[in-house]
Amino acid sequence: MELSVNTQAVAYLASAILFILALKGLTHPATARRGNFYGIIGMVIAVAATLFGHEVQAYGLIAAGVAIGAVIGIILAMRIQMTAMPQLVAALHSFVGMAAVLVAIGTFFITGHPGAVMMGELSAGVIIGAITCTGSVIAFGKLQGLLSGAPVKFAGQHLLNALLGIATLGLGVYFAMTGSVWALALMTLLAFVIGVTLIIPIGGADMPVVISMLNSYSGWAAAATGFTLHNNLLIIVGALVGFSGAILSYIMCKAMNRSIINVVFGGFGSGDETGDPSAGALAASRGVKSSSVDDAVYWMEDANKVIIIPGYGMAVAQAQHSCKELMELLEARGVEVKFAIHPVAGRMPGHMNVLLAEADIPYDRVLEMDEINPEFPGCDVALVVGANDVVNPAAKEDKTSPIYGMPILEAGKARQVFFLKRSMRPGYSGVDNLLFYKENTSLVFGDAKDTIEGMVNALKGSAH
Amino acid sequence: MSESLLALYVFVLACFIGYYVIWGVTPSLHTPLVALTNAISGIVVVGALLVAGFEQAGTGASVLGFIAVLLASINVFGGFLVTHRMLSMFKKKPR
Repeated sequence: MELSVNTQAVAYLASAILFILALKGLTHPATARRGNFYGIIGMVIAVAATLFGHEVQAYGLIAAGVAIGAVIGIILAMRIQMTAMPQLVAALHSFVGMAAVLVAIGTFFITGHPGAVMMGELSAGVIIGAITCTGSVIAFGKLQGLLSGAPVKFAGQHLLNALLGIATLGLGVYFAMTGSVWALALMTLLAFVIGVTLIIPIGGADMPVVISMLNSYSGWAAAATGFTLHNNLLIIVGALVGFSGAILSYIMCKAMNRSIINVVFGGFGSGDETGDPSAGALAASRGVKSSSVDDAVYWMEDANKVIIIPGYGMAVAQAQHSCKELMELLEARGVEVKFAIHPVAGRMPGHMNVLLAEADIPYDRVLEMDEINPEFPGCDVALVVGANDVVNPAAKEDKTSPIYGMPILEAGKARQVFFLKRSMRPGYSGVDNLLFYKENTSLVFGDAKDTIEGMVNALKGSAH
Repeated sequence: MSESLLALYVFVLACFIGYYVIWGVTPSLHTPLVALTNAISGIVVVGALLVAGFEQAGTGASVLGFIAVLLASINVFGGFLVTHRMLSMFKKKPR
């Protein structure tokens, strides 16, 4: 059975509609799962329409590719821990980028007489796809800890990137005009290099922006492929995905009050926190109060409201399940418990929400920054678990601070603040957290998971 | 209207749809959004199928097509499945 071009086009339109509905489903958790199913159906229709079209005649390689890809994809998806979602997403982005490059080059080889416009579109697909691919590989490396989280800076870096960019674009134009294979090869190679040099100077905790950016690029790569193949479905999907990533990048940058230029080219941040054995002594010498688990529990067990602020530290310590236990024990005592999420907490947008959902914490207890900030003044205890810059009042008070102007969670307005930290080391931005020195703040040193489990046990022990 | 211009029409309109639909996504679902858009960007599999399925393709193009199909399939299967896994975790407080 072979579909006519028109039937195929109608099928593609149906797919496009289903993909749009899929994204629409994500406006609310109640409709989200249904949205995902629409997406799956859309993909099935698109693939079926392509397989039954007149262009596809050889099925052997396809069957093999799909089978192997499916197995790998399913195993990855089933086994990945939610803490490692940013890494998985980075890896998947690199696959899409590479696929776009291969499709563009493959299309060039199978097309008899490609015109200049088509070769231009093809170049765009190769360049964007290649940058997405290697950029995502570097992002994966940084997230997984294979590469240093600190920004890699060297003199003349921006000049190098600019030269590479100009050379690549130049080769693209040359290729479009002449169809020269070596120009294509060199352009591809340079684009791969740009992906590396573009992402390597970005610090580990700016990854939410990087992931969103690469997500966007993967969309534009798909769109470019669509232009090359005259496939409207690819163009539509490319635009949807491209905008999704772009909007997320915008939201992340706004939440840090830094421009995208600053994030990509600014080399911000000092890398990740490491442990410091003399934490307590160092704290005392700086006039910072430290507390024990029992002190914190004493405050929390009779509180009217406790707001927990999770950060990347909670993810690293895998403390989300202990947080759930803590929440349940406190609620059993009549304490209202809520969670406050800052937009850039974690290593990708919405990362904290997924970790809390994984721990079975109902999503109506988890509030975004703008919703929860008005509640801090009326709250007895704010518990900061592995977060740092997002509660630092320096963002509001210290004009010289690199994080000045960034919207923060107003944890300092709670009656009492407990900071769970491994050591006195500053967070990602390298900036000292002014909240530590406030009258109503106290630090509880130790691994987040151990500390919270200690709190849980203390609460169980004094049950009444 | 030329084919390229028509493609441009589609692209521009799709951009508008993308803008309005994505702004409506609730922040708590941003991670599933990234995962889902990743899955649907696996639509490049369509392009890969066209290359790999081309009967007169030389060895070079066939190999490229095969690898592209493989990589895109990982995205499609892995992407939708991991999105499903995540979305299944979002629950309201049982009444």
